[in-house]
Amino acid sequence: MRKTLATLALGAVMAAAPAMAEITMSALSYRTGPYAANGIPFADGYADYFTLLNERDGGIGGEMINLVECETGYNTEKGVECYESTKGEGVLVYQPLSTGITYQLIPKATADGIPIHSMGYGRTSAKNGAVFPWVFNYPANYWDGASHAITHISEQESGDLNGKKIALVYHNSAYGKEPIRTLEELGKKHGYELLLLPVDHPGQEQKSQWLQVRQQRPDYVIMWGWGVMNQVAIQEAVNIRFPMDKFIGIWWSGSENDVLPAGDGADGYKALTFHNLGMDYPLYDDLKTHVVDKGLAAGAGDQLGTALYNRGMYAAMLAAEAIKTAQEMSGESQITPAQMRDGMENLEITEAKMEALGLPNFGPEFKVSCENHGGDGYGAVAQWDAGAGEWSLITDYYQSDQEVIGPLVEEDSSAYAAEAGIEAGCM
Amino acid sequence: MLYREAGDFKTSYADDNQTFPIRFDRWRYYAVLAIAFGVIPFIINDYWVNAVFLPFLIYAIAAIGLNILVGYCGQVSLGTGGFMAVGAYACYKLMTAFPDISIFIHVILAGGVTAGVGILFGLPSLRIKGFYLAVATLAAQFFLVWLFNRVPWFYNYSASGQISAPERSVFGIKVTGPETEAWATYLFCAIFVFLVAWLARNLTRGTVGRKWMAIRDMDIAAEIIGVNPLTAKLSAFAVSSFFIGIAGALFFSVYLGAVEVGEAFGINKSFLVLFMVIIGGLGSIFGSFAGAAFLVLLPVLLKNILVGGLGWPTDLAAHLEFMIVGALIIIFLIAEPHGLAQLWRVAKEKLRLWPFPH
Repeated sequence: MRKTLATLALGAVMAAAPAMAEITMSALSYRTGPYAANGIPFADGYADYFTLLNERDGGIGGEMINLVECETGYNTEKGVECYESTKGEGVLVYQPLSTGITYQLIPKATADGIPIHSMGYGRTSAKNGAVFPWVFNYPANYWDGASHAITHISEQESGDLNGKKIALVYHNSAYGKEPIRTLEELGKKHGYELLLLPVDHPGQEQKSQWLQVRQQRPDYVIMWGWGVMNQVAIQEAVNIRFPMDKFIGIWWSGSENDVLPAGDGADGYKALTFHNLGMDYPLYDDLKTHVVDKGLAAGAGDQLGTALYNRGMYAAMLAAEAIKTAQEMSGESQITPAQMRDGMENLEITEAKMEALGLPNFGPEFKVSCENHGGDGYGAVAQWDAGAGEWSLITDYYQSDQEVIGPLVEEDSSAYAAEAGIEAGCM
Repeated sequence: MLYREAGDFKTSYADDNQTFPIRFDRWRYYAVLAIAFGVIPFIINDYWVNAVFLPFLIYAIAAIGLNILVGYCGQVSLGTGGFMAVGAYACYKLMTAFPDISIFIHVILAGGVTAGVGILFGLPSLRIKGFYLAVATLAAQFFLVWLFNRVPWFYNYSASGQISAPERSVFGIKVTGPETEAWATYLFCAIFVFLVAWLARNLTRGTVGRKWMAIRDMDIAAEIIGVNPLTAKLSAFAVSSFFIGIAGALFFSVYLGAVEVGEAFGINKSFLVLFMVIIGGLGSIFGSFAGAAFLVLLPVLLKNILVGGLGWPTDLAAHLEFMIVGALIIIFLIAEPHGLAQLWRVAKEKLRLWPFPH
């Protein structure tokens, strides 16, 4: 106790809040720890996009963006500390890039009235905005991803999955367990057998799981991995000579970091995505002139054009568009978290908008509404070309099986509403 | 000057045996209590409670619990994370099964459940000692985490395998769930810390504690003078697990609100609490507080100075944090292998004689 009080005085240094004459955004990033390899490119992309807006356009709607970064190390306790230390600064939206921290923040942020955008992660049933008014997970979620993978497999097998065996290698946490329900439901519909292979945090040891793959000989393997687990899994799959084109990762298992260590063996590995890859976009020219050449790039500045950098940039772009929408709706440039929420709920991403931003054909078109905080569930499959060292989309964006996912979202969100005593309804 | 014994006469056995025999110590203790219960609740805000006080208080309970086992009874345990998980899941099951009962009772009961589990995993201590016992308790750590991940009953069949604390209250004041007030959660944990520290201090002064220490110092000699190793070791496991279970229950329900067993109660947690005990000082209640403060507050403080104060990049600060905390641990342990509590004890010895050391 004495020690605590002694720190009170020193800690008062941090209490000095910055001036509120700007838009404050937060990045609960992780550049350290077992997930840093994936956390760094995302954080860089997120930060660079806002730097670009500040440098090129003078912020959004005339308001400069102040990005407050806080290191979580993918650890929930640090995530809580980060949330508490930044929420007083008027942060407009939280994007924790961790399903565990998202689960943590959903009730807290709802009570504090700050929106959360868990883009392609977090609690899937937050799609139902009537139960989760402050949580958004557009443009796609894990259950969409599960369905995308199954649809893709079904196309490979010319529509017939009866008697096939599909293995799910997953991170044994809330994140990895998310798709199981959906895959089971889809299994009933398509008649395949599901084999579950959990991998414990952090996933450096996967010999037994891949031995099981060898024994059980599944026709396809789907992976829900993150951080070092991805690299190890792909290496193990190469070691047992599992056909790479029958190995499909979720979008978090599809970065350059994951496939490069396995070298040529990883050629043909597939991963889902909900945005486009590479750096062949007009926006990258602007990034180069306004950010990279001025030496303002976040981190080491060596992540440009990687899959996760693009995803971080996409997350920042969606946030910036939501801010613009909120500014238009309220008529003020200085918006509050509540106005931000309205902006997010009325966000509409069209091809014309993306083209104007210098990102033509970068992501699917979608429109958010109160009933649907999760977008329309469009995704695509990308494949790794080890020779060229790049990802390329091998399908168009296609929609997930809404017939199966819709009822699941309804069921899970109403269970949450009952448990937490929430009266479902639009704000 | 202030800190001296001269003139502080003891006229009864009760006086002689009190926890704080020196008057200044006693007053300091009352002052800490007065500040903890009378001042802090009125000035505390969300940041201070969630980032500083709750983790400090909860880890202090866990460290006291482990200190009883390792520091007082000499049984090395690496199962702390697993036992905290038992407390958390017991609390969750009780909270959801009996929503109308006060959370205060649930936390105590969760401690009781953990005590039972602790006794079970303490049984091998009757046959194996030292490092070998550490390995046996390591098995408890992995088994318990695996169990809570594997059996859906423990997390009420939720799709994600996470447990989330519903809103519960004590005397109508909410202490769990998102809508809590900072002072309520702080006071709730502070009361538990006070009770646990008071109980631990008094247990270790009495027969039970003396038996533990006899076992710790030399178990064969203890047996010869009539200490039953079965009851002594198992009671140490029970009391230790009881406290750790309370810490786990508070960690989940009041502090985090939602946990995932592998992430929150993994092997890292066991090591963290063990380091708190070692750095703080084995066999000292004050050491448990000092160790918890050192390992919980120092990283937060460094982060605030490096990132908030100096504006350094977050990754650089995070790496430096590891280096500074690691270096300080080594420096402290070289300077004083018996931990912060011993440093404090030596300082007190000096202060008693100061300014005339002869």
